[in-house]
Amino acid sequence: MPDEIKAHITGVVFQIAAKAGDRVAEGDAVIVLESMKMEIPVEAPRDGAVKEIRVREGQTVQEGDVVAVLE
Amino acid sequence: MFRACRRLNLRAVAVHSEADADALHVRDADQAVAIGPAPARESYLDIERIIEAARRVGADAVHPGYGFLSENWRFAEACRRAGLVFVGPSADAIRTMGDKTEARRLMARAGVPVVPGSPETVVDVGEAEMVAGDIGYPIILKAAAGGGGIGMARVTTARELRGAFATAARRAQAAFGRGDLYVERFLERPRHVEVQVFGDAAGTLLHLGERECSLQRRHQKLVEESPAPHLPPATRQGLVAAALAGARAIGYVNAGTFEFLLDEGGAFYFLEMNTRLQVEHAVTEEVTGLDLVVEQLRVAAGERLAWRQVDVVPCRAAIECRVYAEDPARGFLPSPGTIERLELPSGEGIRVESGVETGSVVSVHYDPLLFKLVAAGATRAEAVGRLAAALERCVVEGVHTTLPLLRRVLASPELHEGRVHTQMIEQGAFNA
Repeated sequence: MPDEIKAHITGVVFQIAAKAGDRVAEGDAVIVLESMKMEIPVEAPRDGAVKEIRVREGQTVQEGDVVAVLE
Repeated sequence: MFRACRRLNLRAVAVHSEADADALHVRDADQAVAIGPAPARESYLDIERIIEAARRVGADAVHPGYGFLSENWRFAEACRRAGLVFVGPSADAIRTMGDKTEARRLMARAGVPVVPGSPETVVDVGEAEMVAGDIGYPIILKAAAGGGGIGMARVTTARELRGAFATAARRAQAAFGRGDLYVERFLERPRHVEVQVFGDAAGTLLHLGERECSLQRRHQKLVEESPAPHLPPATRQGLVAAALAGARAIGYVNAGTFEFLLDEGGAFYFLEMNTRLQVEHAVTEEVTGLDLVVEQLRVAAGERLAWRQVDVVPCRAAIECRVYAEDPARGFLPSPGTIERLELPSGEGIRVESGVETGSVVSVHYDPLLFKLVAAGATRAEAVGRLAAALERCVVEGVHTTLPLLRRVLASPELHEGRVHTQMIEQGAFNA
């Protein structure tokens, strides 16, 4: 299973929903992107612990950019 | 907007963010003023900067459009204080109708039917059970602070209520910081029909007929038409009378829209009022031959409405669809990017309102609406046929759009027969 969590769309980081060390379940929002007035969660692809968040609020990310890493 | 200004010999000044310096609306205006960086909060939603720009160019009036600050009463108030005419209703009317519980209360008092439910938020699940018992299942739980469907839960039987209530309250608390809920009857397969109203300062109040806007998703409309198909004359009269009673109750001035839900039995309920021009106003313009934006400007200047109710006659049928930069094949995910190629149709009965052209950058910062396509005809069938043909001629390359979905909708028997309801798109009725 992938350790890297990638943005599936281009957008601006609206909210960081989890921090390094947090346990997340598959489907939990790790960060929330805002694009075209919609809030779109980037979800954890599996259960695990967050190793690293690679973005900060307000940052623009492109589709495919790594936004977080799981342990 | 600028067309309307020209008809009245008014000079039009556009405001724009840094991202929109080359946008079509900037070039169409007589003058343009930059008001800040790309994020809307720092430009199009910044009241101070817009007022400052208006002062700098010596503007007399501000038209808020139909997005951003168009339903923000603080903006209307700030314009008035700065000595600018706000092209729209009073700040008070915007504030009242923007508060959904207050609007509902006020409309019920004015005799406008509202969806049966709890008058306020319920204090606990016990009260929710009591209300639900009174109005009957299925019901829907809605977050008072809600929006975008978050914290909404449909409950079919009394047995499910406790669990659903706890979940909806928790989700609303997490999303909005407030977990309070209210209860409404859940309408099965309702239609969305709205009535265009128009008032002037002298107290004249007219309606400009109805629009059927059932095809929507996430409360975003995709197809709108007028007249609404299969609407019994008595229902239509009831809708119009309710809208006028509602508008009268708040002393409404300028253009506004009363939105209603119609259930399968033909009963209708007030949903909300939009205290601004609607995206779909072009449909009404095509049907009646009247220019709503010109009239908005005239009424804002203190003139009386140029029309009497008898002058407002639906002469033909019109249907509009909205093309968004969203990918219907991937759950309508936003699709920002650069438009590599854009070809828009023209022809008899076809009207296109586009904010983009070949080379335009569709920004992540704004609404995904690219263009609107409106078709009019002597009959509904002719208008529908023209829209279907026009959709086939649209070419957009570089971003994903809702065009494939719209083409399927226009080819569907449901649309041809006018049998549509608000839940169809989300239920996947037009999936590939």
